[in-house]
Amino acid sequence: MSTELVTMNIGPIHPSTHGVFRMRVTFDGETIIDAEPIIGYLHRGSEKLAEERTYTQIVTLTDRMDYTASMTNNQAYILSVEKLSGITPSDRGVWLRMIAAELQRIAAHSVAIGFLINDLGAWHTPLLYLLREREKILELFEMMCGARITNSYLRPGGVFMDAPDEFWPSLNKFLDDMPNRLDDIENLLTDNEIILARTQNVAILKKEDAINASITGPMLRASGVDWDLRHRNPYDYYEKISFRRPLGTVGDNNDRYLVRLHEIRESLKIVEQCLDLIEPGPVKPEEVPFLVRPPEGESYVPIEAPKGELGFYLVSDGGISPFRCHVRAPSLINLTLLRDMVIGYKIADLFVTFGSIDVNMGEVDR
Amino acid sequence: MTKVLSGSEIEDILSSSFNNQIESLGNDYVQISNEKSLDLFNYLKIEQKYELLSSVTSVDRISHFEVVYHLTSLQKNESLVIKINCGEGRIDPKVKSVISVWRGAELQEREIYDLMGIMFEGHPNMKRLLLWENFEGHPLRKDFVS
Repeated sequence: MSTELVTMNIGPIHPSTHGVFRMRVTFDGETIIDAEPIIGYLHRGSEKLAEERTYTQIVTLTDRMDYTASMTNNQAYILSVEKLSGITPSDRGVWLRMIAAELQRIAAHSVAIGFLINDLGAWHTPLLYLLREREKILELFEMMCGARITNSYLRPGGVFMDAPDEFWPSLNKFLDDMPNRLDDIENLLTDNEIILARTQNVAILKKEDAINASITGPMLRASGVDWDLRHRNPYDYYEKISFRRPLGTVGDNNDRYLVRLHEIRESLKIVEQCLDLIEPGPVKPEEVPFLVRPPEGESYVPIEAPKGELGFYLVSDGGISPFRCHVRAPSLINLTLLRDMVIGYKIADLFVTFGSIDVNMGEVDR
Repeated sequence: MTKVLSGSEIEDILSSSFNNQIESLGNDYVQISNEKSLDLFNYLKIEQKYELLSSVTSVDRISHFEVVYHLTSLQKNESLVIKINCGEGRIDPKVKSVISVWRGAELQEREIYDLMGIMFEGHPNMKRLLLWENFEGHPLRKDFVS
């Protein structure tokens, strides 16, 4: 039975839109027949602001893009600056930023899973278990650099300060505890009948469609494509590290959840390997000046951020600030297929699908 | 390690059928002409397996605007950069939309139109993405005073 179509506005202020995301959705009864994302509510013009700041100052702008993953944002930006200006980072600095980046991945995936379960209607209980683990990581970051969310920890050439002595036992304790906490979370969620019913075979994303729409990160791997830039394009010292790359088979919401959960375990292993390989030394080479002045040219170094391929396209004219700074934002590009993925499903599936894509509005709008 | 192709390596790939479309070579990019760019992109995607469009972006070069494409081949683990000059001068810059080749350009081309004011011919929904409809000007242009 067909009914009169209803067009409804969802967001920008809505608990399930993960920030200020807005959708104009047309329904036939409860079935979605059209969905248009409308974004820009958090646009701060970061790319324009970057053109008036020095290369070191821009680090603070990158924090505020994907604010659940500041460390990896810093890393993508710093790698691009280092390539542009030919800076060789110091060993200890690289290991420290890899530890920071992997801890950040655990924190970001915890947020992603927690809010996905929240969107499913399991109000707050699973989310709080995951946020509790994230809190421990934020405390570790606080020890490392004094900040919890907007870290600004990295600098061209490494990081700005060494982790203090009390950081290492706390990190070891976290690495010992976290697998057990993950087991608890898996026991609670993975085989839960309601979660399976709500996520399996919902919003299936096919391999070819995902690649054609430039979708990257856990979303691409959930569709079964073995493409992880840490493995295929090992930046920093990832070539010295071994880890598995969890892949999905169907490409539905459940696969996207599982890929993230398994990636947390792999990140823990990566941090452990980094701890074995890190050695004392300077965290940043002495000769790197405060005002980095790269020669004329351009650089783009993509990295595997928690959301997908993140890269900064920097163009230098030889000055102290970039001539152009473009952010390849995975959150924005992963939204390309939202409409195609939700059409034909029910209104309740819309939020679950949106949650499983895992976007961060700070990065979508920049 | 993903191999980043140098300008002359990209030229080697393109020279067989698209030699007359190459306008200039850089260290790590090739600038092609806007005419028949879709044929060239289709060739890169289908024949050369550059199936992932990593990013589309634009630069205001003062004398002209350019659009920059970063392409990645998942099978060969290679990446390359193609640039298109949007015509001399700053008035009415436009290039052809690559949505028919890579769907991933959809939101990125809208973003470029919004912030840099470059039109993408053939884009089905060419309107502002981040700013509101009545906004005047394009903020990423160098002559936009904030």
